Amino acid sequence: MLWEAVCLAFTAIIRNKLRSFLTVLGVVIGVAAVIAMVTVGEGSSAQVKASVERLGTNVLILRPGRVRMGPPSGEPAPRFSLKDASALAELPVVAFVAPQANSTYSVVAGNANTSSQVSGTTSDYLRVQNWPLALGRSFEPSEEDAGAGVCILGQTVRDKLFGSSDPLGEVVRVRGLACQVIGVLTARGAGSFGQDQDELVLIPIKTMHRRLQGDSEVGSISIALRKSVESADGIRAVQNLLRDRREIGIGQGDNFSVTDMKDFNTLLTGINSVMTGLLSAVAAVSLLVGGIGIMNIMLVSVTERTREIGIRLAVGASGGQVLTQFLVEAIVLSVLGGTLGIAVGLALAWGGSFFLAIPFVPSPLIIALAFGFSALVGVVFGYFPARRAARMDPIEALRHQ
Amino acid sequence: MADPLIAFRDVTRSYGQGEAEVRALAGVSLTINAGEFVAIMGPSGSGKSTAMNIIGCLDRPSTGEYLFQGIPLQGLDNDRRALLRRHALGFVFQGFNLLARQSALENVELPLIYKGLPRAARVAAAREALRKVGLEGREGHDPSQLSGGQQQRVAIARALAGGPSVILADEPTGNLDSARSHEIMRLLQELNQNDGITVVMVTHEEDIAAYAKRLMVFTDGKLTRDAPVTERA
Repeated sequence: MLWEAVCLAFTAIIRNKLRSFLTVLGVVIGVAAVIAMVTVGEGSSAQVKASVERLGTNVLILRPGRVRMGPPSGEPAPRFSLKDASALAELPVVAFVAPQANSTYSVVAGNANTSSQVSGTTSDYLRVQNWPLALGRSFEPSEEDAGAGVCILGQTVRDKLFGSSDPLGEVVRVRGLACQVIGVLTARGAGSFGQDQDELVLIPIKTMHRRLQGDSEVGSISIALRKSVESADGIRAVQNLLRDRREIGIGQGDNFSVTDMKDFNTLLTGINSVMTGLLSAVAAVSLLVGGIGIMNIMLVSVTERTREIGIRLAVGASGGQVLTQFLVEAIVLSVLGGTLGIAVGLALAWGGSFFLAIPFVPSPLIIALAFGFSALVGVVFGYFPARRAARMDPIEALRHQ
Repeated sequence: MADPLIAFRDVTRSYGQGEAEVRALAGVSLTINAGEFVAIMGPSGSGKSTAMNIIGCLDRPSTGEYLFQGIPLQGLDNDRRALLRRHALGFVFQGFNLLARQSALENVELPLIYKGLPRAARVAAAREALRKVGLEGREGHDPSQLSGGQQQRVAIARALAGGPSVILADEPTGNLDSARSHEIMRLLQELNQNDGITVVMVTHEEDIAAYAKRLMVFTDGKLTRDAPVTERA
């Protein structure tokens, strides 16, 4: 009986192809939206998680100024110096220290040019970031001390300037300054905010100071803690050192900030899941609207087929059998819609992941859930029309034209 | 003596309430035995169709008793009535009432689906029923591809397929010309004589009623005449 009901449902659906499609469109959109949202959300969580794991040991970022609410204070926060970085490197909790001076410059090689972030730093930057080289070597201490014209390219910059040819030994001009390419970084993809981490040129920090910026300011300092050190202890040690060096008295606030990258990424993951949840809730509402669409059309269908229902009742169908028939039809409709929605949602998520450069992580749980939920929509919104069909008076139904 | 197949005891049926109350049946008692061929006649509004609907378990008496094979049906819920229709009753309507866009075979299979027969048995039984009404070779035709007479034969096959003890025919020839009408009547007569199926038929026409063995006439909701049919038209 159930199998017959399924066959009947398919016959009825195929007979009204266009109407059936429009009926389930709401469910298709709802399911597709949920699937796309959740899959993209999971992908970006996976991205954040991957960047946490890539850091390996715990990394602290030291920035000038206090993280604070409200309007900016009048005086600019004092910058760091290379001496701060050397002093930090002496701390027993610290493994590596990488001072950074960042700017965005045009970078030219031959006829090709691009605009990229240029970081003046030291070879410890690669150790702090746990970022291996794809080609070549890092800065020599002599190059760092002398402020030599050498650079390491990120993959995006390398692709833009040299394509697939070997860039090692070639000369690029960073804001006019000739730098020899000595290394290429491995590709890292998008960062936690979706920015391209590979659009980067590394040069020795002294080169940056003397030959590009003309000052000796250090914008930020990245610190890798030793593996055995708790990040809270590390943060305290760094804070105390800087407060001593800057002679900040008891009761006065820091004029710098220390960010634990792991905490930061945890926060990002949190924001991510809240966003995913909210967007999914909106998508779920469209699923509800889709369900109402199915109910509407099923009611029309029951009215249209009154005479058929009368005939079925006359030849011995029980109310329950008629109910089953229409309920199964609603469920088949919404499950078809759900399946289509899953396909569309996954396609959208795949495209979105590609566009945002995040991993495509389809979750079987969410797919199963969407499938089950669309079946549930069929049951809930199909029940009322089906009950109306089942309760028809056979005499009235047979008289219906 | 065995219980009569169908027995009415002072059955009434009214529609509406108060001023607007219409009494379609005003106290009818009758018995029909297994194997009979009964024609019911009467002017419009005489209650003959209401009586048919009650016999067919599509309607219930307002008061009085309806016994089927000696069993009173008062207390039966809708599902039990559906069960009775499925196993003991077959309907033939004036307007054929076939499902459009389904083949003759599928139409005949319909009651068997509700009986829960497996597909192979269903198809076999439906083919047999179509053969019996002389529609062999037309199994795949849609109702729209069949003449009125053929459609009514499909409807009779559908009524037969469930193996009923009674066929209830509500003006089965009302939509047919006289040649087709007589063919259909001969078919019903055959089923009554050869297969022992009880036939109860409502009709307007004297010459159609003449195929029956017994004639009941309804007037104003009452059974006013009940006599054997003596002469053939």
